[in-house]
Amino acid sequence: MQRTRLLKSLAIVAAAGLAFAACGDDEKDSSDTGGGLNPTVCDASKGPAEKTKVKLQLQWFTQAQFAGYYAAVAQGCYAEAGLDVEILQGAVEIVPQDVLASGGADFALAWVPKALASREAGANIVNIAQIFQRSGTLQVSFKDAGITSAADFAGKKIGSWGFGNEFEIFAALAAAGLDPATDVEIVGQNFDMSGLLAGDIDAAEAMTYNEYAQVLEAKNPDTGELYTADDLNVVSYEEEGVGMLQDAIWADGDRLANDPAYHDTAIAFVKASLKGWAFCRDNTVICRDIVVENGPTLGSGHQLWQMNEVNALIWPSTQGIGYIDSAAWDRTVEIAGNTPNLDGATVLTKPVDADAYTNEIVNFALEELRAEGVDVVGSNWKRIEVTLTEGGV
Amino acid sequence: MKGVKRKGSLRPLIFGVLALALLLAAWESYRNWIGPWLGTEREVGKVLGFKLLPRANDLAMPSVFDMGREFGKPQVRGSSTSVFQAVAEGTFNSLKLAVAALVLGTIVGIGAAILMARFKVVQRGLMPYLVISQTIPLIALAPLTVTWGGEISFFGFEWQKWTSALVLGAFLSFFPIAVGALRGFNSPDPAALELMDSYASSWWSTWRKLRLPAAVPYLAPAMRLAGSAAVFGVVVSELSVGLTNGVGYLILSYMQEGTSRPAKVFTAVAGTIVLGLLMAAIINAVDRYLTRNRPQEELS
Repeated sequence: MQRTRLLKSLAIVAAAGLAFAACGDDEKDSSDTGGGLNPTVCDASKGPAEKTKVKLQLQWFTQAQFAGYYAAVAQGCYAEAGLDVEILQGAVEIVPQDVLASGGADFALAWVPKALASREAGANIVNIAQIFQRSGTLQVSFKDAGITSAADFAGKKIGSWGFGNEFEIFAALAAAGLDPATDVEIVGQNFDMSGLLAGDIDAAEAMTYNEYAQVLEAKNPDTGELYTADDLNVVSYEEEGVGMLQDAIWADGDRLANDPAYHDTAIAFVKASLKGWAFCRDNTVICRDIVVENGPTLGSGHQLWQMNEVNALIWPSTQGIGYIDSAAWDRTVEIAGNTPNLDGATVLTKPVDADAYTNEIVNFALEELRAEGVDVVGSNWKRIEVTLTEGGV
Repeated sequence: MKGVKRKGSLRPLIFGVLALALLLAAWESYRNWIGPWLGTEREVGKVLGFKLLPRANDLAMPSVFDMGREFGKPQVRGSSTSVFQAVAEGTFNSLKLAVAALVLGTIVGIGAAILMARFKVVQRGLMPYLVISQTIPLIALAPLTVTWGGEISFFGFEWQKWTSALVLGAFLSFFPIAVGALRGFNSPDPAALELMDSYASSWWSTWRKLRLPAAVPYLAPAMRLAGSAAVFGVVVSELSVGLTNGVGYLILSYMQEGTSRPAKVFTAVAGTIVLGLLMAAIINAVDRYLTRNRPQEELS
């Protein structure tokens, strides 16, 4: 009894402690650049009244990484294509390609190496559109560590997320002639940058569109100012030549082969999604707003950065957005099959069969988009100016 | 007796406040004075060669005052929702789900206990599986419930993510209830059971008049275990399956800003603590209601 009374009284105290609520700053966002006046690329009224229900499984909770799909919903692109798309958020334990394989979704987003590992384990899933044309993985370090390429990793503490996110690091080490077991110290890293700021890690793994910005949103305790890009060195695995393909749209291979209606749906879905991404290329701020509307806990400054950097992973798409470049594919497969991590494990143990990806769907979609006059290459795309604030709020 | 209860109830409150104040004071003094004195501002402190002492800086140990200030800030820039409102709302949503999970777990647990008390063969057959069921890691079950659930729909009901969280919370909470209730149902004195037999009382009527009342003192501690299990199950499920309206998701979401706003995540942690305390208070109230006619010493 005594103990629970104590707990109860603690509850009262804690509730009182919560009542700190003071007024906040009503600072308004004034970074409106890169957007036109409420532009539209899609016309929902053109679509048929009868819609096909489609479920899309994301890799994570709502964020600008998935802006193109949210924009395609908000702009009516899916409705125009005769689709009623439900976007399923990811979570810690949700594996999109497994959800797809078990029938919980019609399409799923996944990084290529991870999806190929699921395919090797028996899931008949097929890459039908390679949205991110480039790898967004970085290794970020402070200037004084002097790490400007993978060769400089020697003797340093290198942060790694593990869970299959580490293979670009090991491929870069191998390419630089370094032995991951003896020449560097691989340090387990959380999905944030606190290890780098605390000095536990010399070079931390980071995505261009997320963790890298987290450093730039943090205050340098020595100066009291935010860290800037000038304080940091960045090693890009794409530039190191070991980039592995990331976000792609995966479809159910059996249904694609045997169900003509699903095949048509896949083309319509890819086409409308690409329109969403083209919209986000031209309307960075609006797309950020669409994302934040769908994810009210997200910091809008951070999401604008993310939208901008995600665009940089897509545009320009020289062969058209979504097209699966065979050279990049082969490089990804080669690294996945031949680069062991510290445990000696590779992502894949068997060669990848030719059916693991197809450009057939995306080619149909691109053809129709070009005929409609949609720019699917984005050769003139440039980053907009994004000023990060503390906490990325 | 009631008067005695009321009179003593202020002291634990004072002790509770004192304990919390002491904890916060210890936190603040470590980060402000003890840590710097030991030189752990930048490096983890070692005790007998083991890295034990946390760094005394804002990143590892944000100030209690910063945490308090975070509550007052808007959740995101330009938003009219403050962090306090968001955390309170998330905590309330999680609490609703946890209470529902506890109710479901209690019904299933007591049902299982009745079966086991009635049929010895069920007890021998079921008990090992109940024990095994609790050794399955929650994070392994969570994605499975989403997959299985996707196939389930009846009477217009569709499996949602909250259903997964509810089921997992109930799954964790039914076990202590089943075990506690079973012990309680078997606790009456054999002489009392024989007396009921001599009245030719049916099993059900013996259960209702003798076994069930006898089980109440056993149910109270079981409910406390089950309550914390339900909270744990719901919060972890929120993270695992992606239920975005609960306090579990807020922890994950605020952790994203952990690099630059380390104090913010503690607001959501405080939310989960309050969630646990509210759950304890609810169970306490239920316990008091059920044992209102019992002498004090029988309470556990």
